[in-house]
Amino acid sequence: MAAAVASRPPIAANEGVPRRRRLIAAWIALAIGLIVVWEGAKWLFGDPWRVHAAILGLPIDIEHVPPFRNRIATDLSLPHVWDVLGAFIVPAQRNGPPLGQILFGQALFTFREALIGFVVGGLLGLSLGIIFIHSRLAERAFVPYVVASQTVPILAISPIIVVATHAGWASVAIISAYLTFFPVTIAALRGLRAADPRAFELMRSYAASKRSVLWKLRLPTSVPYLFASLRVAAAAAVIGAIIGELPSGIPDGLGSALLNYNQYYSSGPERLWATIIMCSAVGLAFVGLVRLTEFLLTRDRYRPAPSTSTAS
Amino acid sequence: MANPSSASSSTAESGGPAVARAVVEVAKVSKTFGTGPGAVTALDGIDVSIGEGEFVSLIGPSGCGKSTLLRLIGDLTSPTSGIVTVNGKPARRARLDRDYGMVFQAPVLMDWRTIQANIELPLEIMGYDRDDRTKRSADLLRLVELEGFGGRHPWQLSGGMQQRVAIARALAFDPKLLLMDEPFGALDEMTRERMNLELMRIWNRTKTTVVFVTHSIPEAVFLSTRVVVMSARPGRISRVVDVDLPQPRTADTRESERYFELVTTVREALRRHESDAPIAADADRIRAEGLG
Repeated sequence: MAAAVASRPPIAANEGVPRRRRLIAAWIALAIGLIVVWEGAKWLFGDPWRVHAAILGLPIDIEHVPPFRNRIATDLSLPHVWDVLGAFIVPAQRNGPPLGQILFGQALFTFREALIGFVVGGLLGLSLGIIFIHSRLAERAFVPYVVASQTVPILAISPIIVVATHAGWASVAIISAYLTFFPVTIAALRGLRAADPRAFELMRSYAASKRSVLWKLRLPTSVPYLFASLRVAAAAAVIGAIIGELPSGIPDGLGSALLNYNQYYSSGPERLWATIIMCSAVGLAFVGLVRLTEFLLTRDRYRPAPSTSTAS
Repeated sequence: MANPSSASSSTAESGGPAVARAVVEVAKVSKTFGTGPGAVTALDGIDVSIGEGEFVSLIGPSGCGKSTLLRLIGDLTSPTSGIVTVNGKPARRARLDRDYGMVFQAPVLMDWRTIQANIELPLEIMGYDRDDRTKRSADLLRLVELEGFGGRHPWQLSGGMQQRVAIARALAFDPKLLLMDEPFGALDEMTRERMNLELMRIWNRTKTTVVFVTHSIPEAVFLSTRVVVMSARPGRISRVVDVDLPQPRTADTRESERYFELVTTVREALRRHESDAPIAADADRIRAEGLG
């Protein structure tokens, strides 16, 4: 809300398409690059392998011995990409459903816990911000405790919470909320104060009540700040949910899958890697959901951010 | 002291005596910021009275306290001594009763609201019902000649248009008093001249009392019925110039001889008190001409 700005049209429709295509191409290129590095490392430092088979009647006998050796690239530490991907479609247990299906169900479970924790934590963070804005005393009194609470490692706290709430998904949601609320509180404190001082004077000239000022000025101004912190908090919420599942031994979530395949790593390293990929997918989906919400809520209502680095 | 029609070169607006009720009375007002040796006296012993329907400009060098005086009238800050009365009430009461509208140098519009919603903001706060708000905002859009822009957002409009929206918003609840703090200061000269004409057109329609702070001598003379010239360090009223140009003011007014005479008068009044305190003879004359 600074000085008057001449009209800046939103990105024209035909400008957006090549941008998106370039973005997707970049993602694919990065994924391919990752695979190349992965397999390249195994080619150079990994275990020797041999293929002895027949393709279309022609016998093939290929053997490859990598020139160097390094423990990082062995088949135990770094399974081949195709082994990891293959693990999704192979049953984890004899006669059981494919691993991918099990992991997906567990991912949904963890996603739900994280979502509940995220929403609760987000609302808590915003509420704290609103309270602190209106009471300097409360802010100065509580902020040190709030900051201290975040420096305690979550692994230390989660067993306490699990025991106190008799385990179950609620404890996981609490841990998730615990990791979510702090960034939101900080962002709220900034965003709720971020409006132009003259806007506050304007409200004063209208003899507006504190409630009016909150709803009509402070909260709308804080929305971009809140969403910036919510993207960070989204990742924290998923991590909180997964870590929270570890001590509580809930079998339905990704946390228990991690524990399980960690325990039996040597008999099937690709399963743990598959689980890690699923955890990342949950995180990505979560952040994607937050960004989608942000897009829908702010699309035509806030001044478009400048596309170059020059400030507006 | 509190006579709206000044002692010298009286304006006879429509021939009869000006018996306008004083809308704004500033009595022996001083404002000091800070305490101790670092204290800054922004205003020292200000007496001025503004009558109904007047358009009064405050002009002076930086630091003369003109914006501070405006904010004192609007109860956005309190005087260190003296009394500010608006509509016969203390300034604070007038603010709580929403007796005035305010326009700043920047439009200070809310990005997330449409133009129409921006204009309706004070109406929402003051509890007008929806139909009333819609009707008023439509009327005001027409008044500032921005019909059809109600659905846009502030960043889609140019600076001049945004200021027009700010003016419309300030008039939304029909205040009797309008306080304007260099509203056209950020615009280029041509847009500013056009906006001055716009403002005159609007003022003639609404007949609001206006207190207008500006840096621009031509603007002050063109718009006002009275120009209050202030000097800095400490902020004092050094001269009041009655502007007896005919109403309504048009583009032709800017080319009349009387206009140039008045511009020169104001400029000289400003220059005389630029640096030092006025010499004794001048001080007497200032007092004789009446501070307000």
